[in-house]
Amino acid sequence: MKHETGSKSQVRADWVFRWFTALCAVTVVLIVSGIFVELIINSRISLQKFGLGFLVSNVWNPVTENFGAVSSIYGTLATTAIAMVLATPVSLIIALFLVELAPPKVSSFVGTAIELLAAIPSIIYGMWGLFVFAPLMLNYVYPVLGKIGGPLFSGPPLGIGILPAGMILALMILPFITAVTRDVFMMVPSVVKEAAHGMGATTWEVTYKVTLRHCISGIIGALFLGLGRAIGETMAVTFVIGNEHRISGSLFAPGNSIASTLANEFTEASEPIYLSSLFELGLVLFIITMVFQVVAHFWLRRLRQSIGGRA
Amino acid sequence: MRPRSNLIRRTINQTVMSISLLTSLVGILMLAWILYEVISRGAGAFNWSFFTKPPVPLGETGGGVANAILGTLLLTLLATVIGVPIGLFAGVFLAEFGHQSRLSSPVRFLCNILMGTPSIIVGVFVYSLLVVPLGHFSGYAGAIALAVIMIPLIARTAEDMLNLVPDTLRESALALGAPRWKVTLGVVFRAAKKGLLTGALLAIARVSGETAPLLFTALNSPYWPRSMSQPISNLTKTIYDYAMSPYADWHQIAWGASFLITVSVLLLTISARVILHERKR
Repeated sequence: MKHETGSKSQVRADWVFRWFTALCAVTVVLIVSGIFVELIINSRISLQKFGLGFLVSNVWNPVTENFGAVSSIYGTLATTAIAMVLATPVSLIIALFLVELAPPKVSSFVGTAIELLAAIPSIIYGMWGLFVFAPLMLNYVYPVLGKIGGPLFSGPPLGIGILPAGMILALMILPFITAVTRDVFMMVPSVVKEAAHGMGATTWEVTYKVTLRHCISGIIGALFLGLGRAIGETMAVTFVIGNEHRISGSLFAPGNSIASTLANEFTEASEPIYLSSLFELGLVLFIITMVFQVVAHFWLRRLRQSIGGRA
Repeated sequence: MRPRSNLIRRTINQTVMSISLLTSLVGILMLAWILYEVISRGAGAFNWSFFTKPPVPLGETGGGVANAILGTLLLTLLATVIGVPIGLFAGVFLAEFGHQSRLSSPVRFLCNILMGTPSIIVGVFVYSLLVVPLGHFSGYAGAIALAVIMIPLIARTAEDMLNLVPDTLRESALALGAPRWKVTLGVVFRAAKKGLLTGALLAIARVSGETAPLLFTALNSPYWPRSMSQPISNLTKTIYDYAMSPYADWHQIAWGASFLITVSVLLLTISARVILHERKR
C-alpha cells in the first residue's frame, strides 16, 4: 500500500474504522436496553391484569389463569441466602489460605483448581446435585438434621428441595467470591503487613486486624458479585429444587425459584396471560440482578478511587 | 491493646491456620469429587454408537448423541463467528477511542450489567426477539443467544489486553505514517495476540456449556442437524431432557454427554490459561 499520510482515502478509512468499532460498542447498549424493553412489552398483559398484586400474590395456577410471583421470589431469595451464608466464610478462609499461608506453588495450584471449579458449567452441578448430592443428603444428612427438628428441618425429606439447591449454589459461587477476594487481599500493601509482623503480630492477627479492615469494602463488593450470580443461576437450581409453587418454612421442602420456573414452564405456557406472567417473572429477576450489579459496580468503583487507582 | 499470653495467641493463630488449610483441602476435594463422578459415570456410556449415532426411540438399544455433538459444535461455531468480532471491536473502541468518547463509560458499565444478567434472561430475550416473530425455534436463535453472552466477556478482556500494549508502540507506528486502523489491526493486535486469544477461548468455553439460553431458542431435536433455521440438537439440552426422564438408560447417556461437555470446557479453559502464562515468561 502507498503511504499517503493524511490523504483523503486514508482519512476516510480511519473514519470508517472508528465508526465500525463504535457501532460494535453500541451493540452492547442496544442489547441491554432491548432486554429491558422486550421484557416490559411482553409482560404487558400480566402487568395490566395483576398490577402490583403480582408481587404479593402466592397463587400460581395456570388453570384458573391466576398468577403471583411470591413463591418464586421466596425460593430465589431463600436459596441465595443459604448459598451466601455457606459460601462467604468458606471463600474468605480459602482466600486467606491462598494469600497468607500457602507457599507460592501450592497457592497457584489451589488457585487454579478453584478457578476451574468456576468454569464447570452449571448443568454439570445440576447432574451432580440430582444424582450424587441429593441421595447423599437424603441418606446421611437429613436424618441428623431431622433430629434437631424445629420448623426449619421438618416435613418429609425428599432429597431435593430448598436446602440442597442452596448448598449447590454455594459450591458454584464459592470459587467466584474466592477469586475476587484473593485479588482484594493482594491489594494490601505488603509494607503495612510487614509493619504489623514487625510489631510481633501473628499471621492471624495481621489478617484480622490489618488485612480484613483494609479490605472490608472490597470483600463486600465481591459478595455482591457472588450474590448477583446466585440469584439468576438456572440449571443447577432447576435440577434439585423440586419445582413446586409453594412456600414452606421447612428447608427440606421442594420449592422453586424465578429462574427454575422460567426453565420449566416457558415452553409449556400456551395461554397469553401465562406467557406474559412468565415474562414478568423474568422482568422481576432482571431488575433484581441489575440492582445488585449497579450497587456492586459503584461500590467497587468508590473503593478503587479511595485507594487511588484508576476508576 | 489488651496484653495476652503468647501461648494463647500462638494457639489461636495455629488453629485458624489449620482451619484454613483444611477448608482449602475440602475445596480441592469437592472439585475432584465432581470430576470423579462425571468421569466414572460418564465413561460407562461411551461406546461406538454413542459417538456415531443419533438417539433411538425408547426401548431400543444402540442410540447415541452424535447429532447433539455436531449440533453443539455448530451452535458454538456460529456464536463465535457472530460474537467474537462484535465483542473484539467493541473492546477496540473502549481501549483505542474510549478516552475521546462520552460513549465509553456507559458501554463499559452496560457490559458489566450484561455479564451479570442471568443467561436464562438472555434466552427469554432472544425468544421474544426472534422465535416469536419467526414462529418457530431455530439454531440461529440459539447461536445468537450464545453470542449475546459472549460479547461483553470478549469486549472487557479485549479492552484490558489492548490497554497492556504500551502507547509508545502505537505512537511509533503512527509516526511512520500508518493510519489508525492499520496501527490497531497490524501492530496493536499483534502485540496483544495471546491475550485476545485467551479472552476468546474463555468466552467460547463459557458458552459451550450453557444450557439456559438454549431452552427456548435452539430447543432440541432427535435428528441430525439439517438447517440452522430448524430446532437443533445440542448436548446441554440433551443432558437436561435425559436427566429429567425416569429411565436409567437415558441417565447413563446424560452422564456421557456431561463428561464430553466438562472435559471440553476444562480443556478450553486450561489452554487459555497456558497461552496467557506463556506470555508472562
